[in-house]
Amino acid sequence: MWVEIGIAAIKTGAILGVVMALAGVFGWFERKVSAYMQDRVGANRCSVFGFAGAGLINTIMADPLKFATKEDFVPAGVDRLLHTLAPCVNFFPVLVAFAAIPFGDVLEAGGRSINLQAVPLNVGVLYILAMVSLSVYGVVLGGWASNNRFSLLGGIRGSAQMISYELAMGLSIVAMVMTYGTLDLQTMVRAQGHLIGGWLPAWGVLYQPLAFLLFLTAGMAETKRSPFDLPEGESELVAGYFIEFSGVKYLMFFMTDFIEVAVVAGLLTTMFFGGWQVPYLMRDGFHFPLGVTVALPHLLVVALQIVSFLLKVVFFGWLQCLIRWTLPRIRYDQLMGLGWKGLLPVSLANVLATAVVILAWQA
Amino acid sequence: MHPVLFLILAALLIVSALCVVLQPSPVRSALSLVVTLFLMAVTFLLLDAQLVAALQVVVYAGAIVVLFLFVIMLLNLRDEPRALARLGTQATALVLGSLFLLALIRFLVTPPKLSASASAATGMATPVSADFGSAQVLAERLFTHYLLAFEVTSVLLLVAIIGAVVLAKRKLV
Repeated sequence: MWVEIGIAAIKTGAILGVVMALAGVFGWFERKVSAYMQDRVGANRCSVFGFAGAGLINTIMADPLKFATKEDFVPAGVDRLLHTLAPCVNFFPVLVAFAAIPFGDVLEAGGRSINLQAVPLNVGVLYILAMVSLSVYGVVLGGWASNNRFSLLGGIRGSAQMISYELAMGLSIVAMVMTYGTLDLQTMVRAQGHLIGGWLPAWGVLYQPLAFLLFLTAGMAETKRSPFDLPEGESELVAGYFIEFSGVKYLMFFMTDFIEVAVVAGLLTTMFFGGWQVPYLMRDGFHFPLGVTVALPHLLVVALQIVSFLLKVVFFGWLQCLIRWTLPRIRYDQLMGLGWKGLLPVSLANVLATAVVILAWQA
Repeated sequence: MHPVLFLILAALLIVSALCVVLQPSPVRSALSLVVTLFLMAVTFLLLDAQLVAALQVVVYAGAIVVLFLFVIMLLNLRDEPRALARLGTQATALVLGSLFLLALIRFLVTPPKLSASASAATGMATPVSADFGSAQVLAERLFTHYLLAFEVTSVLLLVAIIGAVVLAKRKLV
């Protein structure tokens, strides 16, 4: 029993560490990629023994240290409890959302088979949706508890935006759930393991390209980042719902954004790009088309799967960063129009089309 | 579910439910409601009903109460005078509360028989099957045994949506 608890603790700790590290890496992308795209140098002030790591030291070590040493400022006339609670309510749900995402197949070690997923949930997809929908409260509370008009506007904008795009996001997930016939993310990834025609990996994006685009768009709107960054649009609202936060509280709002990027990237990878699957890699090694096989030890296969998952997640985080620095912010009526008149009908039609195809297939 | 776990959860649930009605600030009331709904989801989870727990959070805690908060923020409500202070409210609360208490006592004295054969044999409830509470089992029940209720509910929701649109479109003169 203690061994099981130990394994669970190690899995949880590893995921927590990796998610925090991913948030750091995406923060670094954000600073260096934006600098590169805008033809400037970007973060380069800090180094450890002359090693700056292209701004990595600045983002991952100097920034958090600086935030941690800032004064924790609470404006006058606010609800102190809610003001303190808001960043935590924002941070916690997205942090635990990653628990249902599988990062590898089964690891056989010491006579045990360890499922490389922190929580093997029967309703994994719904769990992640539930957690993402709970993080709205952080935005609402941050906006309300700051006693600031700009904050309140940012909070109201944020909650309206997140509720609107949750619909399209949920419906694009429904199409994937119908395709795989399961809500369990590990089963979804396993279903993407076979090959179409003997050479093409059967990844979800090939079955549901429209759902992929819908999910990417809605996911980016959920993370409240440009071109959907109206809740924190600095030219209109200073910083939106987190104007009145400083120090570690501000850092928590900031980190939440990057962890949300990681969660969206993780879900994209899991549902549309084969999760931990490596093309042609089976449990005993590579089986290339034309009959070439390379046998690999079990541990190496598992390691390759985990690396493959991480690389895909980093790629989609980078893609979101790239989109963010390419597109300008849209207007609020365009935002609502896109959500309700664009994405929602298209995703409904996609669900309907999927249902018709599945029925025709079974008949 | 472990009895100790249940007692802790039940205590937390009662405290948060009391907070919903006793807080003077509407925002804090709504937040206590979120906590209550979330704790109910945890209770469902401990009863092996994963799907119901997830839906509870997605629909109630994640969507409906956000709309409550949205309205409270738009109207910019501050602390409300307590409704309990009025005599008429107190009397009504007393009558309704005692009726509810009587119903509870009656339920505790003669609990309804859920699984008579199993409780007679072991004194415990029947152990549930492995796939209990999963989406597949629940969906099968919903689309066969409870199909009529399901469809009627969807029609009801459609009527509510159309009604909301009609009310919103009506020109105010």
